[in-house]
Parts: sequence; structure tokens; C-alpha cells
Amino acid sequence: MPQIAQILETYASQFFWLMIVFGLVYFTIGHGMLPKVEATMDARNRKIADDLAAAERARAEADDLGDSGEAGLAAARAAAQAKASDAKAKGAKDAEARLAKADAEIGVKLAAAEAALSAATAKAMASIETVAADAAADIVAKVSGAKVTPAQAAKAVKAVMSNG
Amino acid sequence: MAGESGKIDPMYQFKIEPLAQLNLAGYDVSFTNSSLFMVLVLGALWVFMAGGMKREMVPGRWQMAVEGVTGFINNMLTANVGPEGKKYVPLVFSLFMFILMANFMGMMPFGIVPGVHPFTITSHLTVTAVLALFSFGTVLVVGFWRHGLHFFSLFVPHGTPWWLLWLIPVIELFSFMIRPFSLALRLFVAMTAGHIMMKVLAGFVINGLNAEAAWVPLIVSFPAFILMIGITLLELLVCAIQAYVFALLTSLYINDAVNLH
Repeated sequence: MPQIAQILETYASQFFWLMIVFGLVYFTIGHGMLPKVEATMDARNRKIADDLAAAERARAEADDLGDSGEAGLAAARAAAQAKASDAKAKGAKDAEARLAKADAEIGVKLAAAEAALSAATAKAMASIETVAADAAADIVAKVSGAKVTPAQAAKAVKAVMSNG
Repeated sequence: MAGESGKIDPMYQFKIEPLAQLNLAGYDVSFTNSSLFMVLVLGALWVFMAGGMKREMVPGRWQMAVEGVTGFINNMLTANVGPEGKKYVPLVFSLFMFILMANFMGMMPFGIVPGVHPFTITSHLTVTAVLALFSFGTVLVVGFWRHGLHFFSLFVPHGTPWWLLWLIPVIELFSFMIRPFSLALRLFVAMTAGHIMMKVLAGFVINGLNAEAAWVPLIVSFPAFILMIGITLLELLVCAIQAYVFALLTSLYINDAVNLH
């Protein structure tokens, strides 16, 4: 095994060159290049974190804006609804008033018509009584030859009609 | 790779050969194939990191890969140590990436060029021991720096019954002191064993094809080749797992030093 067989002849050379080479590795790479690589990584991580924070802030802002916009929308909607219901109520009242007025007019007309009708009926009734009395007197005279006064006829007709 | 009599020595790949002689204060610090691969690892790591340094806000693929590894180590330390773990990211990252690159570099198919073979620097005890000492030394320094002598309370876990106070600290001290050895040996053994196994299987394939009997390639080489594919994939997995284990244990040990259980 050369590692052990040669160790006494070669340890000094290996030690010497390893010290030089590893010293260079440690100081130029470990302490020279490595921190720069790490600085780049740190800068990138910081930038990512900053960007994320900025995005989060922007999102919160947008949320706020959305909230206030929604509130405005709701207020506008409520106002519109109030206006609409106002208009509806007014329209309904208007229609009611007009209806009542028309109703009253119709009532007056109806009463007049009823009065005229009852007057005409009474008049017709009276004329029927006289006609019936005349007819009854005529019939009595023709059948029996007895003379009936108009007053007697009228009285008999009235009695019959009130019964019938 | 091939010995004199056509034999394949699975240990040859671990041999260190000097490429340029160098002497420093009486020590032989020659530039060897091990040193060459250390430098290659450093270069590959540097290229990998440099490709991810465009520092764009929206990363490309390469930058994404670099940031993935960085974030991985970062998360590991944050999860195991807490926010204070950030301070140790350079050390754990260097250990993890160096071991990972070294393991992968040893798996590269440089052998297709004649006379060249890849060398796994983490298959040498010296290298893994030094890396483990970096990890262990950091724990010691951080522990005593932050807690002073109070750091020794690490050896008396919460809820130890008084009548076990003579035993538990000894066991805890032993398990603490064994850490650098287990760190070093785990990596060294895993890489060495894996590479030996791959080389032995590859030897089966090649020696079977060279055999005179016609049935040998079919019976030996072909199954060995199929197995070789699986073992190679497994070995790539081991490369990553060993680097991960080293980094994870280091971060756990650092947690001990920072938070004292």
C-alpha cells in the first residue's frame, strides 16, 4: 500500500502542497468568492421579500377601494329604492283619489237615475189604476147592466191590486 | 498500470511520483502527481466558482449550480449550528468542495491517454489527516475561545447521574479525541477501497480479454464489465457522500463547540 509504504518520504511534500492549495481554496474561494455568491443570493431573497410585501400592500389597498366602492354602490341603490317606493306611493294615492272622485260622481248619477225610475213607476202605477177602474166599470155595465160609479170602481180595483 | 508480466497492480494508482524535485529546509517538498492533482482541483474549483459569479438577479444554469451548493452548505450550518453557523460557512464550504472535487478528479477517465492516470489525493492518509485536523482544530479553537475552560463541560452531558461521573467524562473525552481519526480514516478508507475494487474489476475485464481460452471473455470479462459500470456509478455516489459526511460531521462538531450540546 503506497499510502503507508511511502508515507515517510511523501508526507512533507503532501503537507506542503496541501497547505498551499487548501490555503488558496480557503482564502480566495471560501473568503473571496463565496461571500459574493451569498451576497447575490441575499440580495435576491431580499428583493423577492420586498416585492411580495409591495404586492401585499397593493392587494390591501385594492381591497379597501373595493370595499368603499361597494359601500357607495349600496348607498346609491338604497337611495334609488327610496325614490322608487316614494313614486309608487304617490302614484297609488293619486289613483285612489281619482277613483274616489269618480265613485262619488257615479253615486250621484245613480241616485238621480233611481229617483227618476221610481217616479216613473209611481206614475205608471197611478195610470194603470185609472185604466183598470174604467175597464172594471165598463165590464160591470156590460155584464150586469148595473151602474158603477167611478169612485166605487176605483175602490174595488185598489182593493184587488193591494191584495194581488 | 501494467506490471512487467502483464499483471495489473491495483495499488499502483496510489503511488506518488515526483514530477519536479524540490527541497525546502531539509524537507523533500517535491512537486508530485499528488501536488499536480491538488492544483488541478484548485483550478477546477476556481473555474466552477468563477462561472457562478455573474451575480445576476435571475441566475443562469451555472450560477444556479454554484448557488445551489452554496445554499446547501449554508442550510447545513444554519440547521445544525443556528444563525451563528454562518461564520463557519467558508471553512465547511472549502472542505466540502475540495474533497468533492478531489474525489471526482480521481474518477476522471484520464487513463485513456497512454501513460497518464488520475490520482485521488483524498486516498492518502496524509491529506485526509490534515483536512480532519482543520476540522478538529477549528472545533478546539472555537470551543476554548468562546467558552474557555467551561468547554470541558462538553464531556459531562446534561442529566448524567452523579454515580456515573467517573465514567461518562472518560467515554466522552475518548469519543471526542477519536473524531479527527474517524474523519480522516473514513475518507481515506472509502476512497482507497473503492478505487482498489474498480481497478481489480478492470483487471478482470482486461486479463479476461487477453486470455487464450475463448470462453473466458464471455464468462469473466463481460459480467465484470457490467459490474464495473455499476461499481463506477456507486463510486461516484460514494465520492459525493464522503464529501457530504465530512462536511456534515464538521458542522455537527462545530455545533458542539459553539453551543456545548
